[in-house]
Amino acid sequence: MGSRRKQALVAALCLLPSALVLGCFHLGPLLRAVGVSLHTGAIGHDAWVGLANYRELLHDPAFWASLVVTMWFVLGTVPATLFVGYLVAELLNRDIRGRAFYRMLFFTPYVVSPVAASAVWKWMFEVSTVVNARLVAWGLPVPEQNWLLQPRGLFALLGEACGRELPAWAGGPSVALCCVMLVSIWTMLGFAVVVLLAGMSQVPADVIEAARLDGATGWQLRRRIIVPLLSPTLFFLLIVFVIKAFQAFNTIYVMTPGGLSGRTGTVTFYIYESAFMMGGKGAGYGSAVALVLFGIIVSLTLVQFRVLGKRVHYGGRA
Amino acid sequence: MTRGGWRGREELLTHVVLLPLGLLVAFPFLWMIGTSLKTVAETVHFWPWPHSPQWGNYAAVWRDIPFGRYLFVTALSSSAVTLCVVTSSLGAGYAFGVLRWRGQGVLFGLYMATMMVPFEVILIPNYLTVLKLHWTNTFWALIVPWAANVFSVFLVTQSFRGLPRDFQEAAMLDGCGHWAYLRRIAAPLVSPALATSAIFAFLGSWNSLLWPLVVTDDKRMRTVEMGLSSFVQAESSNVHLVMAGSVIALLPVLALFVAMQRRFIEGMAAGVKG
Repeated sequence: MGSRRKQALVAALCLLPSALVLGCFHLGPLLRAVGVSLHTGAIGHDAWVGLANYRELLHDPAFWASLVVTMWFVLGTVPATLFVGYLVAELLNRDIRGRAFYRMLFFTPYVVSPVAASAVWKWMFEVSTVVNARLVAWGLPVPEQNWLLQPRGLFALLGEACGRELPAWAGGPSVALCCVMLVSIWTMLGFAVVVLLAGMSQVPADVIEAARLDGATGWQLRRRIIVPLLSPTLFFLLIVFVIKAFQAFNTIYVMTPGGLSGRTGTVTFYIYESAFMMGGKGAGYGSAVALVLFGIIVSLTLVQFRVLGKRVHYGGRA
Repeated sequence: MTRGGWRGREELLTHVVLLPLGLLVAFPFLWMIGTSLKTVAETVHFWPWPHSPQWGNYAAVWRDIPFGRYLFVTALSSSAVTLCVVTSSLGAGYAFGVLRWRGQGVLFGLYMATMMVPFEVILIPNYLTVLKLHWTNTFWALIVPWAANVFSVFLVTQSFRGLPRDFQEAAMLDGCGHWAYLRRIAAPLVSPALATSAIFAFLGSWNSLLWPLVVTDDKRMRTVEMGLSSFVQAESSNVHLVMAGSVIALLPVLALFVAMQRRFIEGMAAGVKG
């Protein structure tokens, strides 16, 4: 085993490459961003402003709007991806023909180039106006124009279809954002399926068989045995998906240029807008927003560990 | 009813649910291929298949875009990133998963916290670093910042933790040092997790867009994703060509994935157990 001291020395040596890269290009820049957020960040006349950026952020409607969009994005993608992922994984966990093929098919969107995928989805939405017109002709209450350009809220439109006018705050996520969510679910689904299948293969078959012999129905089996035994996997996916959803950028950037004036612009998009685009509030402000986002992600992850972590069942662990 | 018959019916029901879902997932790809073979006039129709396939679209795109050069740049940087990630994760995983030392938990927590940093936060400071090092338009800028990856460290660490401790004790009693233990015994045992890390690192590097856009402006340093992205913007009215370009850009990654998919999925199973 070697002495503690020797182990520490070996550990330091082993950690050197990763620590160097992570320190210089991931953690170091984070600290540097803290410094930037306390300045105006304007090139040429950079000045110390203290906490002014953070104070401004509290009263910035555009920031709060972007936070609401991000919340909708998280709520709209994470549960749906987990649910459909579980469904597909359970079906694929059976002894059926074409299992490997299906598994590969569902995973493909996760693998392929985001630019190519966004391009094809964008064009599909563009051309689907023909289909929308047909649906409208059949009397279905759908927006006729390109859904990706529809800034109105989903609930507001649904309410209108039922003849009810909803207040502005209850409008829900914009139709355009829902389109982006759909693409995001399409992308992440395969990841959920593969990870859940990996988790399911760890559930001992004899436990299931025993429960079945004891007369457990499919639903009971799921609720009492499969889901509890899968809880570490589900928990892992939840944590990863929530982090990823909060950081979503690429699909939104490629599919809805300009963020549709605050309708699909998530917080990450607002950061990009503030720091890199003309007329933005500057790198200092962008960094402040980014750090607030980081704070939100970290605290949400900690809350998930606190609240759900206890209920995760690690029985299968050696 | 016989058991076989019951099984058969259950399988049929499974396919009834899976097949439409699978088609839904595959639809954009079919649509991409269909549109890439259309004429300009046909692209405005929703029906995804062309009247007569225009294979010439591919030739036109191949002539327009220097895919050869893009592929070379992307393949070189992605392979280098993959190699570095495997090496650095193996080391870090050994340190966190096998060795015991003071401050281990704190440092591991710090590593994991890095995973939550939004990329946009570190983009500006990293760009400044690259400028200072005179790395713009070099492979260093495309490779070094991504040479370690916390997700891979996590996967490999979990895999090391799953190894029985007596393996190590027995090996050490036989006079096996850390280096020999790692190289001869431990590394082969965690190879599924390493394979998964490798594929994730490769995909991440191959598909990245914003970072290469920021650190390169020389046309000779363009990646496939950058080339495709600028092509999409320049040819927005020629959707059939954009789709042909997309198909060409997808093929290498797709081929790699299909070839490696069994390894990959087994690696996920080994890596994400608990």
